[in-house]
Amino acid sequence: MQLPRPLTLIAELSYQCPLHCPYCSNPLHIGGETYRHELETEHWIRAFQEARGLGVLQLALTGGEPMLRRDLVELCAGSRDAGLYSSLITAGTLFTRERAEALKVAGLDHVQISIQSPDPADNDRIAGNRSFEKKIAAAGFAKELDFPLTINCVLHRQNLDRIEELLDLTLALGAQRLELANTQYYGWAVANQEALMPSWEQLERAEEAVKRFRERVGPKVDVLWVLPDYFEDLPKPCMGGWGRTAMVVAPNGDVLPCQAASTIPGLEFANVRERPLAWIWNESDAFAHFRGTDWMQEPCRTCPLGRQEVDFGGCRCQALRLAGDAAATDPVCRFSPHHERVVAARTAEPTDEFVYRTMKRPRTLEIGSEP
Amino acid sequence: MTRPRLVTGARLRYDEVREEHLLLIPEGAVKLNATAAEVLELCDGERSVDDIVGALSARYEGADLSGDVQELIDAMAQKGLVVDAAA
Repeated sequence: MQLPRPLTLIAELSYQCPLHCPYCSNPLHIGGETYRHELETEHWIRAFQEARGLGVLQLALTGGEPMLRRDLVELCAGSRDAGLYSSLITAGTLFTRERAEALKVAGLDHVQISIQSPDPADNDRIAGNRSFEKKIAAAGFAKELDFPLTINCVLHRQNLDRIEELLDLTLALGAQRLELANTQYYGWAVANQEALMPSWEQLERAEEAVKRFRERVGPKVDVLWVLPDYFEDLPKPCMGGWGRTAMVVAPNGDVLPCQAASTIPGLEFANVRERPLAWIWNESDAFAHFRGTDWMQEPCRTCPLGRQEVDFGGCRCQALRLAGDAAATDPVCRFSPHHERVVAARTAEPTDEFVYRTMKRPRTLEIGSEP
Repeated sequence: MTRPRLVTGARLRYDEVREEHLLLIPEGAVKLNATAAEVLELCDGERSVDDIVGALSARYEGADLSGDVQELIDAMAQKGLVVDAAA
């Protein structure tokens, strides 16, 4: 089989973050020993060069909060030297004018700033941190320095009704892109599912608002809107297919096929400290495990819609969580024998209480064991 | 479209690994054929569409490429990838 070429390297530079968003996709055990020892500058820069050699074009500098890395300017320069297109995915609270200028000079290509809600008080409540004003200032610095600006907002029950305000704010900030990411239930979002799960009515209203905005504003702002998994009955090609387009490097150097893959037991993740990225992509167990279609079980194996190469069986982490088997069909699929679990989750009793993301171990919540 | 330019943040490059021309944009890449890459390289916010057609025509022994150039620029503008520097 001709192996696919990766397009994107997702560099999770650090899991440290000043925000405490209850939907964070980082693993629940971010505060544990596993991630304490972050990669050195030279490891990252070597990984960027190796990634380019493999065909990677896009580099996402993310976390946690990537601005907490003191060597971020060097990393941006390293990305530019390697020939990658770099995006900084930040909460914006540390994106001062001075640091933004240094990043621009170093060759950072694109800035993406998260907003938790267009309402300042609501933003700060969801983020668990007073951050709204700093985010707005950060967006201003990005524009002044002529960075292309993306605003991203993770959507859920607590902020979906403010979508019109969010669209207007995006326009006012001069952003070129708005990424409306409906919450996916991995990491911390699992612990907050009842507080985050929207209603059909909320989603429908939001989708309508997006449609009207697109008609009004045209191509000046590219709005990305995707219906959340739990409201679909056919799965999405998670990560564009396992080991097909992207790889994730965790702060400790472990290389994963997706941000949540560490939840899957029995996968062995190779580390960039020890192995070249090409070996990890081409040979390692974790990437080979669910690549292609040979690993599929029923009903995927004889999919009545012939979607094996369309959705690649959906999401492995979701299959593990809802069907108890990472090799099962994603229960989002209507042909999955566990699809009723997805349907039931849509109408679970809602709550407004959050379990906030923290590097400390919460005392009140059972969050799974340390690996 | 008076003086077309690439949208802020879009970068043309030739990918030696895939051996193809690309327009890199935030979190994406648009595949281009060699002619499209040549046209977009001329979309510098200084030249008019006529200037671009003229420059290409001079390179290709007077061939009239006005239809192709206009079509490409329109399609890219519709996707928000080319904007008018005069606007």
